[in-house]
Amino acid sequence: MDSLLNILIWLPVLGGGLVIAIGNKRSDIAKWVAVAIAVAVFALSLTLWTGFDTSTSDMQFVLDLPWIEQFNIRYHIGIDGISMPLIILTTFSTILVIVAGWEVIQNRPADYMAAFLMMEGVIIGVFSSMDAILFYVFWEASLIPMLLIIGIWGGQNRVYAAVKFFLYTFLGSVFLLVSLIYMYTIQGDGASFSLAVLNDLPLTLTEQSWIFWAFFLAFAVKVPMFPVHTWLPDAHVQAPTGGSVILAAIMLKMGGYGFFRFSLPITPDASSEFATVVIVLSLIAIVYIGFVALVQKDMKKLIAYSSISHMGFVTLGVFSLFSIVEMGTDGNIIGSLEGVYLGLEGAMIQMISHGFISAAMFLVVGVLYDRLHSRDISTYGGVINSMPKFTGFAVLFAMANAGLPGTSGFVGEFMVILSALQANFWYAFLAATTLIIGAAYTLWMVKRVFWGPVTNSAVSTLSDINNREFFILAILAVAVIVMGVYPQPVVEVMHASVVNLLEQALTTKLPVTL
Amino acid sequence: MENIYLTLALSPLIGSLIVGLAGNRLGRTLSHTITILGVAVSTVLALYVFNHHVLEGGDVFNENLYTWMQIGSLNISVGFLVDNLTSVMLVIVSFVSLMVHIYTIGYMVDDDGYTKFFSYISLFTFAMFMLVMSNNFMQLFFGWEAVGLVSYLLIGFWHGKESAVEANLKAFLVNRVGDFGFLLGIALLLAFFGTLDYAETFALADQVNGQTIFGDMSVITVICLLLFVGAMGKSAQVPLHVWLPGSMEGPTPISALIHAATMVTAGIFMVSRMSPIFELSDVALTVVMVIGAITALFMGLLGIVQNDIKRVVAYSTLSQLGYMTVALGVSAYSVAIFHLMTHAFFKALLFLAAGSVIVAMHHEQDIRKMGGLRKKMPITYITSLVGTLALIGFPGFAGFFSKDMIIEAVHFSNLPFAEWVYYAVVAGVFITALYSFRMFFLVFHGKSRVDRHTEEHLHETTSSITAPLIMLAIPSAVIGYFTIEPMLFTGWLDNAITINSETHGAVAALKEHFHSAFALITHSVMTLPFWMMVGGIGTAWLFSLYRTQWADAIQKRFRRTNYVLESLYGFDRFNEIVFVRGSRKLGDLLWRISDMAIIDQFVVNGSARFARFVGSVIRPVQTGYLYHYAFFMIIGLMLVLTWVLVSGDNPLIRLGS
Repeated sequence: MDSLLNILIWLPVLGGGLVIAIGNKRSDIAKWVAVAIAVAVFALSLTLWTGFDTSTSDMQFVLDLPWIEQFNIRYHIGIDGISMPLIILTTFSTILVIVAGWEVIQNRPADYMAAFLMMEGVIIGVFSSMDAILFYVFWEASLIPMLLIIGIWGGQNRVYAAVKFFLYTFLGSVFLLVSLIYMYTIQGDGASFSLAVLNDLPLTLTEQSWIFWAFFLAFAVKVPMFPVHTWLPDAHVQAPTGGSVILAAIMLKMGGYGFFRFSLPITPDASSEFATVVIVLSLIAIVYIGFVALVQKDMKKLIAYSSISHMGFVTLGVFSLFSIVEMGTDGNIIGSLEGVYLGLEGAMIQMISHGFISAAMFLVVGVLYDRLHSRDISTYGGVINSMPKFTGFAVLFAMANAGLPGTSGFVGEFMVILSALQANFWYAFLAATTLIIGAAYTLWMVKRVFWGPVTNSAVSTLSDINNREFFILAILAVAVIVMGVYPQPVVEVMHASVVNLLEQALTTKLPVTL
Repeated sequence: MENIYLTLALSPLIGSLIVGLAGNRLGRTLSHTITILGVAVSTVLALYVFNHHVLEGGDVFNENLYTWMQIGSLNISVGFLVDNLTSVMLVIVSFVSLMVHIYTIGYMVDDDGYTKFFSYISLFTFAMFMLVMSNNFMQLFFGWEAVGLVSYLLIGFWHGKESAVEANLKAFLVNRVGDFGFLLGIALLLAFFGTLDYAETFALADQVNGQTIFGDMSVITVICLLLFVGAMGKSAQVPLHVWLPGSMEGPTPISALIHAATMVTAGIFMVSRMSPIFELSDVALTVVMVIGAITALFMGLLGIVQNDIKRVVAYSTLSQLGYMTVALGVSAYSVAIFHLMTHAFFKALLFLAAGSVIVAMHHEQDIRKMGGLRKKMPITYITSLVGTLALIGFPGFAGFFSKDMIIEAVHFSNLPFAEWVYYAVVAGVFITALYSFRMFFLVFHGKSRVDRHTEEHLHETTSSITAPLIMLAIPSAVIGYFTIEPMLFTGWLDNAITINSETHGAVAALKEHFHSAFALITHSVMTLPFWMMVGGIGTAWLFSLYRTQWADAIQKRFRRTNYVLESLYGFDRFNEIVFVRGSRKLGDLLWRISDMAIIDQFVVNGSARFARFVGSVIRPVQTGYLYHYAFFMIIGLMLVLTWVLVSGDNPLIRLGS
């Protein structure tokens, strides 16, 4: 059992190598091998769920080996209720993008599939690392396949977008590395990069503040939060459909995950100190970016901005906690625990749900782009007339994006708004405007693209989705609805870990002053 | 019983899913049979449930079906609360829905989306059941938005029509404004009550009463006002009424089902359901009453100048919803539900009759181009007359009892402004009679203004259209007479509604003055509303039959007033300029100035060194070597990893162990 995670990380990476070896010339075989690997990894990842013990917050499926011994860096992996759902989201999404690229990618198809497989492995590595340096290595490594995907299979302006993406995220994470090294150096004998050690490492408020902002840069760029979000629309517009899907569905979640795994437990006092700043930025993301999304003429840009707005709920849900509860002097938490759980678990649910919905939205745009090679809203109009089945899916996902109850999009937003109100009425007030703005930009796009009379002859010749496209969209539709109707299993999985995280976030690391 | 409730709620959903997924293969007959069967099952069960709870006094059913989410000690479930209020709603919803299903067979016969339409209206019925059967706020919100979704889909059903797809977007967004308040209300309620379950909430109401927020505002007042914002959206109260007239772009059967009888009354139902908390806030109740009165009076006035047959009925619906809201405001919840019920029957009837006229007229909807239809369409004519008499509150007909009780309840209310509201609702009677009979006379009486081609083909509509008209005409005529006493005075709704009768004595006063339904009729000729109604009919007759040129003369003489009415008080224009164009402008500014100019150009690219740096990285890769670059990075990473693997204890080698 210890090696299950290890297999999940390396099987897709090595499998990617195999697919490259089969080569672009024999792409038929390569594609099938790629799909087979992706499905196998997904199936294996489900055993993480079935074998998971929901009663404990301890790390599970742990593998701990020495790696670079002179620095006491260990190959230490394991999962808890926060990382496990994200890993399954990763393995799930990878299947989708590989199938989605089936006929569409003509240029180096085998390399394309291989890039996604390798990225899958690396991202699973990110979510399961329990050693900070191992985390950092996977974190940076995940940039490479994405850089390639945008840079090789992207649109016209792909190189600018790829470099902007790379520099933004790379510069952000350099500070992460610096702060990790700092924390290592102050430990003295037996220093370690183990997250468990860092979680217990006492730090003054000044130290915590520097570290907090270093972490923040790395994670905020990834989420992305306002004002470091401008790389995302460019990257999405230029990326091929599959790249956008993985970017939105998974890579953004690495940022949110970082806040859970690093910021809250390692710098709890600084997190509390600066929570309001993060909340204000989150609310700006939700409201301001919503308005920006409204005026986009490019469908992918619109969805990209919509992603930023939705990810604002993640950071809002996480950082509201400091306004809801505090640690009492007797070690008992004062305040509404349910309010905090709603925020933290709502943030997690929002990440997973956004993984499904943004993936679906980008695939929807991809279906249109494959046919007419345009992402402009104005190219389309009355698509329902020639693609009724497709429109059914598109409207469903649009409604999920607008947070309709009964879809997963509702659950996270609902939880976070309920929680935010307990922190401050006006947080919830601003966050809830997404009900209006989110519906406005999403459904206005739906109206212009799908409803109305057929605007031009190109639209009238569109052929409805084929079986492969139907299959992908149908799977996502099921996921979106099931999670909207019955979110309890997902909530249950993460609850123990969230309780533990809350304890860490509220336990001060400052030296006791008498 | 649980299985009965479950079957009742799910059978329309099952019908909807079967037809929605396989409608094309099933064909039309099978599709409508399946969905009608689903709703028929619900109707029969609803009658059974009604009998069990209301007539036999069965215990209130309040149980959770499954846990939607368990967060610490907070349980959010999907479950049913079935009491007498729910039972009444179930009967109304399922019966009207069944009639509309049958009617649709004839109405949509020429439409390509025939099977899809049946799937949608069955789905709607399911969503409405979930709304009225809910035992908690999460599920209420689910039903609330789900009916909104189906409404959106059905208003835009003829998606080729630009006006239809504009109207459905508008409807959804305006409803979302209401839902925004509604959701905040739910969130605030959770913060102070710590639960989303109705029963637990009501039990804690007295405890929370007295707590304050925003300085010295009562929490209960704020919660009630926020919840009421939701009701204003769904039940189309001023200023969130603007979506309802536009919803007439949808096919007529859904105007009857969704935008008259059921969905738009969800707000009324919700406030009645929440009576234990609304009773604690006179401020909230006063707001509810005043908003209702404004809607009742001013939306009725707009009905007078409309010439589209469906829009007249739509404004009439707005006005009647205002009446129900007024009733809520004066704590006469049972009266509101009573009017909701009578209105559901006679307004569904009026819409379906309008639809019958529209079909006969080959989709002409302008009442100025009709006239004299009574001879050609006798069934539609008679049933319309019944519906119209019920609407204006002609003594004996269903609407008479419910509207009279609302007016009387206002009369007995002690709330501030109740006196003004009383005048508004009495004046409303005149207006209702005026616009209703104006339309009735223009359509069915006088000389025919129908063009000759249509005239030749003009005949009564098919039996699947006329049968529901007759079925609805019966309750429109008699249901008020038979149900007023049990519903208002002898306890049908008692186990669902809480009234603080010490301060809110309207219903108690009504009960004191009530002798019998028959006495109400005989007594009515001595009341002011009766003569207002007669005056309204007379005025309508005068201007639309006796001296039609007078109407034009008045319109010219009072040009300004006429302009205000025809421009619908300028709500649409205001919204268009301020909200629609304003938010686009704002979005554009934020995007261009803040996002692209300041952040991207100035901070990111504008910093000269950064730009040069980007340039130096881009230059070589622009020649197409990016792939090689990345390849070397991977190779580099591989080398590092290999070194690590070889030098250290190799994790890969440990794979199997």
